[in-house]
Amino acid sequence: MLKRRIIPCLDIKDGRTVKGINFINLRDAGDPVNLAKEYVKQGADELVFLDITATIENRKALAGLVERIAAEINIPFTVGGGINTIEDVSILIGAGADKITINSSAVRRPELITEIAGQFGSQCVVVAIDTMLIDDNWTVVVDGGRTPTEQLTIEWARMVEQLGAGEILLTSMNNDGTKSGFSIGLTSDVSNAVNIPVIASGGAGSMVHFRDVFFNTCCSAALAASIFHYGEVDIRDLKKYLTEEKIAVRQLI
Amino acid sequence: MIAIVKYNAGNIKSVANALSRLGYYSVITDNPYEIEIAEKVIFPGVGEASSAMNYLRERGLDKILKSLRQPVLGICLGMQLMCRHSEEGDTKCLGIFNSNVQLFPAVDKIPHMGWNNFLSLKGDLYKGISKDDDVYYVHSYYPEICSCTTATCDYILPFSASMQYNNFYATQYHPEKSAGIGEKILKNFLES
Repeated sequence: MLKRRIIPCLDIKDGRTVKGINFINLRDAGDPVNLAKEYVKQGADELVFLDITATIENRKALAGLVERIAAEINIPFTVGGGINTIEDVSILIGAGADKITINSSAVRRPELITEIAGQFGSQCVVVAIDTMLIDDNWTVVVDGGRTPTEQLTIEWARMVEQLGAGEILLTSMNNDGTKSGFSIGLTSDVSNAVNIPVIASGGAGSMVHFRDVFFNTCCSAALAASIFHYGEVDIRDLKKYLTEEKIAVRQLI
Repeated sequence: MIAIVKYNAGNIKSVANALSRLGYYSVITDNPYEIEIAEKVIFPGVGEASSAMNYLRERGLDKILKSLRQPVLGICLGMQLMCRHSEEGDTKCLGIFNSNVQLFPAVDKIPHMGWNNFLSLKGDLYKGISKDDDVYYVHSYYPEICSCTTATCDYILPFSASMQYNNFYATQYHPEKSAGIGEKILKNFLES
């Protein structure tokens, strides 16, 4: 049976992991490779690295970091943040990323999805959709949630599937950072509307939230950052709990 | 020396990385001579079937690959190209395995992406592996079950998770991305 995936997300700035960490056994949790290895040990099914660095110099350093991750990590990983062109993608895939994720750049120029899928295959194109409830409609927002668009989320999700996306990373900006749980309605609507895998994101605050989103929607995976970073939830405990709740997840040997 | 066949497909570096984590040295090459003299050959790939077959034919690698006598491991698209025919781009493939490759019917999410287990394991690759172990799959086309099938997987319908014919081994999943289980399978191949 295909398992639901648990995906920790690591925010990277200037080559270092952002946000406070309290992993006791980790010598340098600010090093993305060290933190990634810890997550792999805990049983993470995939990893997402988001580069939130602005400058071009640091962007070049990102490729070096991706090479180190690829050399050390034995599960699939996705890299994103500031990807605007097929050249950006080529550098990251060449450095060893399995998938890349694009967000605002895909909204501004949807053909980018088709170009990347054409050259590297749909399986490596994860389109991140940030969405906010505006006048009772889930609406696509860009620039980290600062800029609303005219686009309805369901329509955009269907469109990115048509354009060649292999997966959707769906973040509810209303839930993000609240620790009150994933948006079940949104996740359910979008994952029913498309025939590609959907990753639920935004709002994870406890193990029950993962159970709820997996039980009530047909999303393929759930992503979270801070609850894993701060050591609030250990992925081993989460998977044990989900298994007891009859949600199929990968077991560690 | 282990040769990793270079062609216009992604994922090649991941295989080299996985081998080096296991302590094996490899070269990524499309040089027919290097491939012929290698002790083991890995034929990886994520990509599109017809353009990959064209690349191999232009370099004469299609004939070389079929004639190899040392252990060969095809991965994902590599496995599909070792079959007779792929529906992807209506492509005539190498014909090592007597199986055809079809597009999944759209009754569930496509691609089949993520961790799934396998059933009816047989052969050298699965020493120390159990049917409840999960490996990482990502594919929209599947190889049918045939007499070469050494493990099956069930997603939408049952298909070949791996195959073997004489010295030719292949997996639809990605052992190089399948954590500790994948490393065991790769090791079993390398020690075969």
